[in-house]
Amino acid sequence: MDEMESGIVKKFMFVNRKPPHGTVYALEVLEMVLISAAFDQDVHLAFLDDGVFQLKKGQAPAGIGVKNFSPTFRALEGYDIEKLFVEAESLAERGLSEDDLLVPAEIISRADMGRLMGEMDVVVTA
Amino acid sequence: MSTLHTVNKSPFERSNLESCLGHAQPGDAVLLLEDAVVGVLAGGILAGKLADAAQTLKLHVLGPDLAARGIDPAQVVAGITVVDYGGFVDLTVTAKAVNAWL
Amino acid sequence: MKLGILVNEGPYNHQASDSAYQFAKAALAKGHEIFRVFFYYDGVTNASSLGQPPSDDRNVTKNWQKLAEDHKVDLVVCVAAGLRRGIVESNLAPGFRISGLGQLIEAGIQADRLVTFGD
Repeated sequence: MDEMESGIVKKFMFVNRKPPHGTVYALEVLEMVLISAAFDQDVHLAFLDDGVFQLKKGQAPAGIGVKNFSPTFRALEGYDIEKLFVEAESLAERGLSEDDLLVPAEIISRADMGRLMGEMDVVVTA
Repeated sequence: MSTLHTVNKSPFERSNLESCLGHAQPGDAVLLLEDAVVGVLAGGILAGKLADAAQTLKLHVLGPDLAARGIDPAQVVAGITVVDYGGFVDLTVTAKAVNAWL
Repeated sequence: MKLGILVNEGPYNHQASDSAYQFAKAALAKGHEIFRVFFYYDGVTNASSLGQPPSDDRNVTKNWQKLAEDHKVDLVVCVAAGLRRGIVESNLAPGFRISGLGQLIEAGIQADRLVTFGD
């Protein structure tokens, strides 16, 4: 595919603000993220507000009859997607901490999240 | 260059506007559209918060969404600019990127 | 300027597709180019040929088709999201095409701006 060799590298951010399972957004945005890896872009994933729950350890949605896609987050490293940012205030407001996360991520303040968002060329929100 | 933030949820129901205002950088533009326009009335409880935000951010509201909901532009908090879809396009072109607070 | 548009919601539950359409029309009127409109999540159902809204309401699918016809706008439906929801070649409205998610990432790279409409 020609577009993969366009030579343009943009800062992409996929913003996750919704919890998993209640809606499809968290699942299908991951599919976008995985595809983006093929385009050699500078990909960032941001988890803030209820989106921090997407990275919660121990998700077991078998009882509600939906697919458990959370292990996919552990596979991102294999696609060279390693820039995961989680907002500290969002974790704290929800009674969560870094230990609750199923993958390593950089915990940053709301102020830093705002600055990081401002550096992006393309922001995709699920 | 600045970012254009779009907010389309009623601030009385969801935290999208709150979160947007908590992350937008000084000089950024914010456009309230769809159901978010219900929050911009000068007589509403968010008027003070929006007037404060307008000190550092360029706040806009989409006129056709106001009209659709029976809100007169004269009722909008001072400091918020009413734009049409063409104005939305101009804000997009002027910004470096568009961040939709869905 | 080249603009890319992402539509995340279906045609009638949510205003997203209408807003995206009005935005696209306004952009074209100002002389901008719509590089691509990409339909994802339930947004793929905008491309169903089977919808028959009442005649006194707007027809969202036809609005998009007309825009594609008049301005050669590239309307792309995500294949995976479409399969999940039953939007396939056999019920795809004319003017839309089915392709992969790479088309969205390409729009992000090639267009000067990507604007998302959703819930």
